[in-house]
Amino acid sequence: MSGDQDVILKLEDVSKVYSGTVAVKRANFEVRKGAVNVLVGENGAGKSTLMKIIAGVEQPTLGRILLDGEEVSFSSSGDAVNRGIGMVFQELNLFGNLTVAENIFATREITNRFRKIDRKEQERRAAEFLERLEAGIRPDMLVEDLRIGQQQLVEIAKAVSLDARILIMDEPTSALSAAEVEILFKVIADLKARGVAIVYISHRLEELIRIGDTITVLRDGRITGQAEMKDVDTQWIVRQMIGSDAKDFAKADGHVPGEEIFRAEDICLPRVTGGLAVDHVSLSLRAGEILGIYGLMGAGRSELFDCIMGRHGHSTGTIFIAGKKVHERDTTRRIRRGLALIPEDRQREGLVSILSVASNLTLASLSRFVRLFHIRGAAERQAVTQTVRELAIKVADPAQEVSSLSGGNQQKVVIGKALLTGPKVLLMDEPSRGIDVGAKADVFRTMRKLSRDGLGILFATSDLDEVMALSDRIAVMSNGKLTGMFDRAEATEAALVAASAFGHGPVPHGEQGA
Amino acid sequence: MTDIPAKAAVNSMSSGSVLLTLMKARTFIALIAVLLFFSIAAPNFLSAANLILMSKHVALNAFLAMGMTFVIITGGIDLSVGSIVGLCGMVAGYLVLNGIDLQVGYTIYFNVFEIALITLAVGILIGAVNGLLITRLNVAPFIATLGVLYVARGLALLSSDGRTFPNLVGKPELGTTGFGFLGAGRLLGLPVALWILLVVALGAAYLAKYTPLGRHIFAVGGNERAARISGVRVNMVKMFVYMFSGFCAAIVGLIISSELMASHPATGESFELNAIAAAVLGGTSMSGGRGTIGGTIVGAFVIGILSDGLVMMGVSSFWQMVIKGLVIIVAVVVDQAQRRLQSRVTLMQMAKAG
Repeated sequence: MSGDQDVILKLEDVSKVYSGTVAVKRANFEVRKGAVNVLVGENGAGKSTLMKIIAGVEQPTLGRILLDGEEVSFSSSGDAVNRGIGMVFQELNLFGNLTVAENIFATREITNRFRKIDRKEQERRAAEFLERLEAGIRPDMLVEDLRIGQQQLVEIAKAVSLDARILIMDEPTSALSAAEVEILFKVIADLKARGVAIVYISHRLEELIRIGDTITVLRDGRITGQAEMKDVDTQWIVRQMIGSDAKDFAKADGHVPGEEIFRAEDICLPRVTGGLAVDHVSLSLRAGEILGIYGLMGAGRSELFDCIMGRHGHSTGTIFIAGKKVHERDTTRRIRRGLALIPEDRQREGLVSILSVASNLTLASLSRFVRLFHIRGAAERQAVTQTVRELAIKVADPAQEVSSLSGGNQQKVVIGKALLTGPKVLLMDEPSRGIDVGAKADVFRTMRKLSRDGLGILFATSDLDEVMALSDRIAVMSNGKLTGMFDRAEATEAALVAASAFGHGPVPHGEQGA
Repeated sequence: MTDIPAKAAVNSMSSGSVLLTLMKARTFIALIAVLLFFSIAAPNFLSAANLILMSKHVALNAFLAMGMTFVIITGGIDLSVGSIVGLCGMVAGYLVLNGIDLQVGYTIYFNVFEIALITLAVGILIGAVNGLLITRLNVAPFIATLGVLYVARGLALLSSDGRTFPNLVGKPELGTTGFGFLGAGRLLGLPVALWILLVVALGAAYLAKYTPLGRHIFAVGGNERAARISGVRVNMVKMFVYMFSGFCAAIVGLIISSELMASHPATGESFELNAIAAAVLGGTSMSGGRGTIGGTIVGAFVIGILSDGLVMMGVSSFWQMVIKGLVIIVAVVVDQAQRRLQSRVTLMQMAKAG
């Protein structure tokens, strides 16, 4: 049905090496026009890197890119845009301080004869694109005032407005509700009919099977499978994604959780733009229990963790540790009371990347090694060695800079840092994000072991499999609210998904939170 | 262009490592180079008298540069140190001459030791003002300390109406004599100022390496958000570095007044720039997180010896400025080159390891 003449873009033997990791290894990838080319793989498999190479954001370390059969090299995303390649980024690349229309036309401003920006025309054209997405977003709104899901739609509108021949969508639905996804699919079908080549990345297998024409599977930076979508089924995809052995979630060992160790009551966090980012959330956790918090991007999970850690002075609500009310409102003293956070964004919040592995590990627990004001080197070194061994951190010398480690090992350093503070309650925000399969299994095993040792673990994730496999109980958040609480036995994927979309609609709901 | 060093490094790892070691030791190499150069080019350069005189000049800048190093490591900047030098000098001079008039017919005079303590407290206090502006009122360090630069200088001028406090010998009957000891005194043949520098430098180096506060200073500069989440009291750390910088500036104010036996309100103008230069020359990164006290001291020596040596050679002060500027620029360029080379060497080691 499709011959070679349909291939518009081809990657040949492309590799990309970052300091610390080989993100893509000798990948061969073809993009056909008038088709949805699906790319799947686990977190950290290299999908985003591969797409960034196509979009000119990153340059390949090795290999060739062929566009219309001719070798090209993009030195910037501007180059790629000029050749007709647009991209919807997974991390939103929008300017919050500018309006929707200004964002859509950023770097391609519509100007009049005197080089003055024609605001009216920009807003009119922007409105056309937004109309197609039925999002109810006005072009003169400030982007920072929009919900994350709406921002994602703006990002999509921006990419569509490029009139690209190749459009890359990197997890465009991670913050969208089911209804918004339907609209996006209509837009995609429309683009496809016009001959646009679409590269679609997602974790949601049911989505892929519905809209994909071809599928390519990545694992650990290598392409492990390529096929027509009509020839494959979910099992095939999963097999290619995770390899021969099944996903290693570390089995539950059946220990019974103990007394309540942590309780949060009525946690609220006002949003700067009005409404509540965390909306009257209450939950409790028992010692030795793993409580998963599932939700879409922007559901307020990270913000809830921030409130619990005392990172926002203006949050309200009370927390209790082992039945005792926590009066301390700052992070330093809450850590001393036995709380520890493993933040979602390792680079920005987890690590001091220019310090050594050892300094990072002991940063939160230095007071343990101090006599008067002197850090006892021997005690510190001993703790570092022990943690490195227990968490199987692969590092030749703990004095090495932490940035030289691979993603998985960096994550283990962040976990080690939290554990050295001797926490009673561990908050883990997307602990498996961006790390390879082996490290992921290690992290899950560590979580199991800690819960067996009597720690209470709250972990936030947007991965359904993960939350189903690891949690003793599952809480679901949507729009800052707790919208569901399930025991593992009674939780179904359908119920979780329904609860996670609560309060989302194709048109923005009114100012209900204010 | 960029390919050539890369290939060279691939061809021989060891030459890359040697180059890296040389680059790391660049400040030391620069120090030895200027010493060698001037000992040949300038007569009397290596005489004991000249060396002592030079080290006294260097010491003044080194004090300021140490305070500046901690501030820069946290990712900030302190432009107010020169003004603090001036103001603290005036405070000391005023106290020696006038004491404090209690407005009820009595005037308290302090002995020199007490005057030194009060002056140091003033320096720390101004540092605390910097710190409060930055941590509590969220003013950018550049702006906060720029404001304080003007305020402190203005106060110094106001304190004497712009005049100099001359002749700070003090009166024996008031117990205010001996102010000259700091600037002119000797212990074991070396100027007192150098001994103080030694003590403060050792203390600061110890603090940086072996105390939680020191570790926290680096963490705050490397990644403030991560430091905060790890329970580091970021605001306290910042308060400390600005107060320490104020403390160092107060020492310099005391030493200069004591040396001259007079306090002039314009003392210390543009000292902050020399301090920043010394810190940067010594390997402190303006983006925060990197720097050492030892490096900064060596940097201060390079700058000090360079300017004194050029004076001895009779080079015009205009050319001196050009040369000093070039040295700073070259230092930073080499610093960047070292970073790149270092990451390349690390990458290759990792590639070899598998």
